Amino acid sequence: MKIVKKGMAGTMQSSDLMVFVEPADSLQVEIESTVIRQFGHLIRVKVDEVLARNGVSAGLIRLTDRGALDYAIEARIETALQRASA
Amino acid sequence: MTDSRLRRTMLYVPGNMPSMLQNVPLFKCDSVILDLEDAVNYAEKDAARNLVRRFLSTWKERDKEVLVRINPLHTEWGRDDLAAILPEMPDAIRLPMCETAEQALELDAELTQYESAQGLATGRFAILPSIETVKSVLNAYAIATSSKRIFGLAFGAEDYTASMGIARTNSGEDLMHPRMMIVMAAKAAGIQAIDTVFSDVGDMDALRRETELVKRLGYTGKCLVNPRQIDIIHEVFAPKQEEIDYAQEVVEAIRQAHESGTGVASLRGRMVDAPIVKRALHTLRAAYAQGLTDTPVDEEILHG
Repeated sequence: MKIVKKGMAGTMQSSDLMVFVEPADSLQVEIESTVIRQFGHLIRVKVDEVLARNGVSAGLIRLTDRGALDYAIEARIETALQRASA
Repeated sequence: MTDSRLRRTMLYVPGNMPSMLQNVPLFKCDSVILDLEDAVNYAEKDAARNLVRRFLSTWKERDKEVLVRINPLHTEWGRDDLAAILPEMPDAIRLPMCETAEQALELDAELTQYESAQGLATGRFAILPSIETVKSVLNAYAIATSSKRIFGLAFGAEDYTASMGIARTNSGEDLMHPRMMIVMAAKAAGIQAIDTVFSDVGDMDALRRETELVKRLGYTGKCLVNPRQIDIIHEVFAPKQEEIDYAQEVVEAIRQAHESGTGVASLRGRMVDAPIVKRALHTLRAAYAQGLTDTPVDEEILHG
């Protein structure tokens, strides 16, 4: 999946997250989270997994997390990518 | 479809709210309806679809019936909803704005096609049509009998009152006629009648009164929007102990009558015959399903 424009998904509600993606020459991931110290490494693993499954090799990916579970992280990244590739 | 599954409470959960979705396993309702339709803005339809799909893919040990309310098939989202949701194996699809038998059959055909492609049993996915416009109320029996997948008719009062151009009241006389039409159509078709949501979450007394009313009419369940309403609705739909006691006495009386070669008995000075026994069996089935009695119902007792 190729990121051809800016895309965004999610909300700032508790248990949710916001994902912003935009085109870039290389892959860059930035994560901000209310639980970064406890779970930052696990969020990063999940993000990498979803990006790899969607074949994303370049783009700026920014997450602002409000304590979301894995399924929500996955769904919001997917939605942002779909919106940015359409 | 003969499906006597207990559906006292069918809880709507908005499809685009992770904070509600992830509590679904904790709610004590009989069924949950994950909503992609009215609870989701047009601009977020894609996001809700992804979220519900991913939620279902991680919720493996389901302890309650799972329905997904898709968008109507004539909208730009309906078929995409189905394609995303069916692989996660919900029990049923709630079809909003179902106004004709043809619309129910259209969904039936989509489901059959998917089941056949995946090697699933035909009928794996059930359908719960929403009866929520004047036209759908008038077509209720045709809809109820249109597909074997349909286990019930669900009344939707908000859209119904909108289609009538009237305001919804807490007293309910505005809804009496459609409620009767729907429950009669459902009973004639041998399926369940599920009542509409009661949206005033602050008024638990009115919720109880409304639930008692629809139980008297023949409804066996109610949709709801707030988990705080679950306990009251369960309480109302549970048979009372005196009803269970009486039903057991009826069954015993008719058993003794059959033994002495007659189909009619006398109990507390009243005649007991087949219709009374049928009602008693209905009470005992409901009591057994809700864990209020230990013994399964002996259906044979009706005919001796």
